[in-house]
Amino acid sequence: MDRREFIGGTAALAGSLAVAKPALAQSAELSFFYPVAVGGPITKLIDSYAAGFEKENPTIKVKPIYAGTYQETIVKALTAHKSGTPPVLSVLLSTDMFTLIDEEAIVSFDPFIKTEDDKKWLSSFFPGFMANSQTGGKTWGIPFQRSTVVLYWNKELFKEAGLDPEKPPTSWAQQLEFAQKLTKRDAAGNTSQWGIQIPSSGFPYWLFQGLTTQAGAILANPAGDKTDYANPGVVEALQYWVDLAQKHKVHPPGIVEWGTTPRDFFEKKVAMMWTTTGNLTNVRANAKFPFGVAVLPAGKKPGSPTGGGNFYLSKKASPAEQEAAFKFVRWITTPERAAQWSADTGYVAVTPAAYETEAMKKYVADFPQALVARDQLPTAVAELSTHENQRVTKALNDGLQAALTGTKQPAQAMTEAQAEAERILKSYR
Amino acid sequence: MNNRATATIHGWLLLLPAMACLALFTHWPAIASFVDSFMSTPRARRPARFVGLDNYQQMLADPIFWKAMANNLWFAAGTIPTSIGLALLMAVWVNDKIAGRTLVRMAYFTPTILPMIAVANIWLFFFTPQYGLLEQIVAAFGGRSTNWLGSQDTALYAVTIVAIWKEAGFFMIFYLAALQAIPPSLGEAAAIEGASRWTFFRRVQFPLLMPTTLFVLINAVINAFRMIDHIFVMTRGGPDNATTLLLFYIYQVGFGFWDTSYAAALTCVLLLLLALVAFVQYGWLERRTHYQ
Repeated sequence: MDRREFIGGTAALAGSLAVAKPALAQSAELSFFYPVAVGGPITKLIDSYAAGFEKENPTIKVKPIYAGTYQETIVKALTAHKSGTPPVLSVLLSTDMFTLIDEEAIVSFDPFIKTEDDKKWLSSFFPGFMANSQTGGKTWGIPFQRSTVVLYWNKELFKEAGLDPEKPPTSWAQQLEFAQKLTKRDAAGNTSQWGIQIPSSGFPYWLFQGLTTQAGAILANPAGDKTDYANPGVVEALQYWVDLAQKHKVHPPGIVEWGTTPRDFFEKKVAMMWTTTGNLTNVRANAKFPFGVAVLPAGKKPGSPTGGGNFYLSKKASPAEQEAAFKFVRWITTPERAAQWSADTGYVAVTPAAYETEAMKKYVADFPQALVARDQLPTAVAELSTHENQRVTKALNDGLQAALTGTKQPAQAMTEAQAEAERILKSYR
Repeated sequence: MNNRATATIHGWLLLLPAMACLALFTHWPAIASFVDSFMSTPRARRPARFVGLDNYQQMLADPIFWKAMANNLWFAAGTIPTSIGLALLMAVWVNDKIAGRTLVRMAYFTPTILPMIAVANIWLFFFTPQYGLLEQIVAAFGGRSTNWLGSQDTALYAVTIVAIWKEAGFFMIFYLAALQAIPPSLGEAAAIEGASRWTFFRRVQFPLLMPTTLFVLINAVINAFRMIDHIFVMTRGGPDNATTLLLFYIYQVGFGFWDTSYAAALTCVLLLLLALVAFVQYGWLERRTHYQ
């Protein structure tokens, strides 16, 4: 927050005190759950935002609670919902939308959109992010820490391998070709440096969705009641991934840890990695070599899933609390703050307007890699999200891991995953 | 009121806090789970209704449940005898008057006092392919690189080893206490008789340790079935359920899928399993453990 805003805020406060509207004097406490999925000082940043908001809105107390990973946060939020005292506001995966609606844990944002200004605000977000925030004509989530999958590459290792350090691979074939040049083996056949790494622990479906999108397949319908895991494009995408490791041996075999993948990159054990744009600030701070960030290479077409977290409003909170939470959500998604958040973390700023701010322009002039995720948005698709999301996704995850560890053929693994998803989703149609 | 009645009331009043806690946190949840396991999972628009044995039938047809069960049995078979054997060995060793005894005892006990999540994070680094500790040792001997946690063949072994490492030090403490309770006169008598170190252990120490072994065994079995924390950090049950243990699966069904009644049915199976084991241990083993 700059000084001008602060003075403006104080003036507005003085004004409201002068008229002394009772509605504004009503104080609300705003409990706010949020997860941390990437490296960096996220908790400190959130605390400073909360303090900044309180300064401008002294009647509202914001209580940010770091609730663990995304998985742990939704467990805590839903447990709290079932026991009667959920957090007023939480940041949860955009893909949890259907689950939260089915549990009747959240309210839609539509009743809060009253003025023209509100409507303008709601339509200010990147449409790519709204795909996972709206269903049945209602808006259930507001994009906050959103991301896409991007490709990071080590320019030093590119030069060593005789590749142009400024040119990332742009197609599947090229990605494989580069990875082959970037893989180093000793005489005994041990690999000391891998060409490429796509992590597959925890939520392999998300990175895999990059590959399926590029193969022209869509994993689930927008209503969230039908999946298409056995689509030939999906099998083809999985075959490509499996082949990188098992046939071409340019990708580590077995399951690759999500959490240690950036570290592998810093240690130069891998030359190209796929991970979230949310790791951008982490990589910038820790990579001791020049690195590049690029949109994912294209298969039949380019593409990546969006990912990350949305704001959700608790159904069990009082109207005053919900109103206060809405105010906070609007405050934190203003272009200036969205730009600041993006620069501090690497997440994509959620509105195009954020990229027009002075601060953002200065930041990207200095660090153009930050624009890649935004530039990828036009080809981005909604992240896999269905009713009973965790269970339907687990069916896919298990199939992916079985194929990657070599216990099942890609076609068989995907057919079985589809059968399981079909069984679960049948009752929702 | 006579003395006897007053004493009875006092007795019950003293018991009351503990009984209340036990009923509230142990018996009531167990009964509630049992009841819930015959109901359907309540959803926002669909309250729970009686479904009979549906949840149990679903379990019989659930391949992940069987996988978790098999994994857990292997895990128990891997951890229980090894950690007890190691604990006994370490206890006998640090019971002797060796140099730096306190330091060795402390070193053995350290894994027990570390929080499991921290332990798992340390081991996660040990198992990291390419530059993890284990890899560096293997590479120094010219071995091939292995993805310990990311391969179906090794993941369950890897988490089993962490559990053994964690448990052995804990059980050692019980053995150490029991060894020190053995009267020194027995050792002196054996020395006069000219018994070897091994004979003394086999004929005197080991039989006298039997009650401790039973206690440790019960704990080891319970621990083998309630192991969950380091699975979360190290593998999350993967790859493809290769390290999914029963309790982890119950957590996943209950709090990941929110299928609470199926989770209740799984819990009942786990309870039944543990009850069976306890029955065998208390009803049969205990009568044979006391040295006469």
